[in-house]
Amino acid sequence: MSLTRAEPHRTATRHRLGSDVPFVLALLVIGGFYILLILSMLLADVSFLSPVVTAGTFLHQPLWSIRQMVFSAVAPLQSRELRYALKLSMISCSITAILSLYVAVPLGYLLSRFQFPLKGLVDVVLDIPIVLPPLVIGLSLLILFQTPIGRAIDKRLPMTYAVPGVILAQFSVACAFAVRTMRVTFDQLNPRTEQVAMTLGCSRFQAFWRVTLPESRRGVLTAGTLAWARALGEFGPILVFSGATRMRTEVLPTSVFLELSVGNLEAAVGVSMLMVVAAVAVLLIVRFAGSQASLSGGVRP
Amino acid sequence: MISAKNLSLRAGTFTMADASFDVPANGYAILMGRTGTGKTTILEALCGLIRPLGGSIHLAGIDVTRLKPGERDIGYVPQDRALFNTMSVYDNLAFALRVRRQSADVVDQRVNDLAELLRIGALLNRLPQGLSGGESQRVALGRALAARPSVLLLDEPLSALDDQSRSEMHALLRSVREKTGVTTLHVTHHLEDAAELADQVLMVQNGAIVAANVNSRDLSRLQGV
Repeated sequence: MSLTRAEPHRTATRHRLGSDVPFVLALLVIGGFYILLILSMLLADVSFLSPVVTAGTFLHQPLWSIRQMVFSAVAPLQSRELRYALKLSMISCSITAILSLYVAVPLGYLLSRFQFPLKGLVDVVLDIPIVLPPLVIGLSLLILFQTPIGRAIDKRLPMTYAVPGVILAQFSVACAFAVRTMRVTFDQLNPRTEQVAMTLGCSRFQAFWRVTLPESRRGVLTAGTLAWARALGEFGPILVFSGATRMRTEVLPTSVFLELSVGNLEAAVGVSMLMVVAAVAVLLIVRFAGSQASLSGGVRP
Repeated sequence: MISAKNLSLRAGTFTMADASFDVPANGYAILMGRTGTGKTTILEALCGLIRPLGGSIHLAGIDVTRLKPGERDIGYVPQDRALFNTMSVYDNLAFALRVRRQSADVVDQRVNDLAELLRIGALLNRLPQGLSGGESQRVALGRALAARPSVLLLDEPLSALDDQSRSEMHALLRSVREKTGVTTLHVTHHLEDAAELADQVLMVQNGAIVAANVNSRDLSRLQGV
């Protein structure tokens, strides 16, 4: 009896919630603005190169428009210099990505798992390449290779205004991003699995190699991609440290700069599109290679 | 046999000084205590994952105080199980044997024996992700037992299980003990586990480890927490 009497009272004071739709819409509008900005920039590049592609054609004939984009992107490859720049960019970025991982995996692990004196300082030092203007890094590298030690290295392995210098300039910046990524990756992995591996007979290295490293595969892939992408876009340090000599130290961003500086806007945009296509291709390959199916390789055949 | 003498530990805010306890060979001891009394820290010290400030630890008659975790001949099942997610159940079970460079035949034989003992034969090709709580607990137990350790250290192995799985695991732990004779220290805050499994109950109280009776009032009070 008392329950039925209480019922109308409860209904009257029930806490009511509004619709979630406005919130989700707000997220879409705020986020969508940025995505629209990126797409508009790319579309503007394309329509500059091949005026037949417009927002309208992109919506109605997306495949045809993408083909036009690819055509306009590969058009600059008719030039021998730009083919060289593309080749140098791809090779140097890949070497930089591998070198960055080679450093980032151990350093990220060290920072994530161990406490040591001056760790805070090491952290700050690792942030320097991220916050410093790229041009300053190039200048610092140039000055470093004017010191006696730098000169000695330069004599054996030509750095300044040479291809190894391009890689060093890219590496100086890109590696910091890879280290950050690897540190976060190791931070997020449960240290308990590593400890269990040690109780099962592993040394610390074996536990790292057999358990932690396989568990960090996604992070390694992300760190490598990030380093590669950073290296692809690197321009300031390369210009200062390695110069912009055609058929020698010219990478794709240098080409954009060189073409722009002589007023050849079309070629500059063409090379830019080439970089967009190359970057998107690499991102897609890594996404595909890093998909769940290919990463869960633990299943026995 | 597990023997801790005058053990002093510190981890975070937890401190323990001069604690001693013994678990005889082939014994099954339950270590009880309120949350935050440092039960896990004691297990970590026995595993060699943290270094004691003082005192000594003997496992199976050997002074392991200064030995690395991998040299202590132990099987450890942490509270979160911490299965190796990139490896199949088979590879999890085979892990300790492969680290010891056992031949593939020996590994295969042992993994199949364990799978039969723990009734996880159907799971061998699966990845740990997607296993139920009870299943992953069995896999963690199998992984710990694979290299035939002399001491088994279990941290709240039944904490996340439903009643049905709990009683199944009680039966399983009893049969494991019967078949392997492994000396076991089992950390829990469930009085029921002590009543079902233990032939010795230890209690962490005010930074000391004391022997207790399953029916004692102290333990009943713990259960109420």
